[in-house]
Amino acid sequence: MSQKGRVKNLYKTLLYYGKDWPNGYDYFRTRLHKVFLKNKDEVDPEKIEKMIKHGEFVIKEIEALYMLKKYRTMKRRYYND
Amino acid sequence: MARVLVGVKRVIDYAVKIRVKPDKTGVVTDGVKHSMNPFDEIAVEEAVRLKEKKIASEIIAVSCGPAQSQEVLRTALAMGVDKGIHVEISGPEYKTLQPLHVSKILAKIAQNEKVDLVIVGKQAIDDDCNQTAQMTAGFLDWSQATFASKIEKGDNDITVTREIDGGLEVIKSKLPAVVSADLRLNEPRYATLPNIMKAKKKPIQKLTPKDLGVDVSPRIKIVSVEEPPTKQPGQIVPDVDTLIAKLKDAGLC
Repeated sequence: MSQKGRVKNLYKTLLYYGKDWPNGYDYFRTRLHKVFLKNKDEVDPEKIEKMIKHGEFVIKEIEALYMLKKYRTMKRRYYND
Repeated sequence: MARVLVGVKRVIDYAVKIRVKPDKTGVVTDGVKHSMNPFDEIAVEEAVRLKEKKIASEIIAVSCGPAQSQEVLRTALAMGVDKGIHVEISGPEYKTLQPLHVSKILAKIAQNEKVDLVIVGKQAIDDDCNQTAQMTAGFLDWSQATFASKIEKGDNDITVTREIDGGLEVIKSKLPAVVSADLRLNEPRYATLPNIMKAKKKPIQKLTPKDLGVDVSPRIKIVSVEEPPTKQPGQIVPDVDTLIAKLKDAGLC
């Protein structure tokens, strides 16, 4: 996939993850849009590559956050220890 | 190689604040986010891991409920389940659907599909019944291992570590068996977007309770659904003497 395609893909994937965001999808979407817009004029392929890598890292973080949030809530609700 | 059946229930999302309907007939479900019961997610994850370890050959997920139950089946398919079975139950029958009915359905499907292992979540976060696994094992006359926090497969048996009051119990059980998943069994994976897309190509079989010969007519009548009592707000007292006086009044010291 071209770099441009990968950036688009990253954006769409992040939007998908935003649907479960604790502060709401709209909050997530505006922030995400702003961040992508901020770097829209970047042309250096190496820098873009770095940004994509960072985006993929953020996805992993969000996944971990959701998992932990759910686990902790369940633990608080159903277990006393 | 074992064939595995997992039960998945569509429940109101764990993060949603539950509201009771003003007429006390139930809780508000319209326009409320639903998702897979977290304990069922753990059950699905365990089945998928068994398949990745080449212990399970095929995983079938079952969900009983209205048409939207297919969404949780899709999630299960995206996590790695091979086939979904949707048992359509809607309207008044769904409102009074109980673990008794569901376990009859699960038992029937387990026999039809010739599965060796049934894994379900230990309880659903909406009704908190904690009965389906036990009753399914009862109807099938299979062994049961509830509240599993670890599952190991032997040649023709499984060793399950169970979470019990104040500790752990390790039991060995013959197959076929019914296992219910506890919170610490594993950490379920996230159903990614590409996998959700791929899951759309996986088959979902539609059945009705009638096809399975299961009677889902109500066994209970919902009399009233009420919110738990709200906690009284705390009070700040100016000094220790007032605190002690108040505690004495309340008969706490």
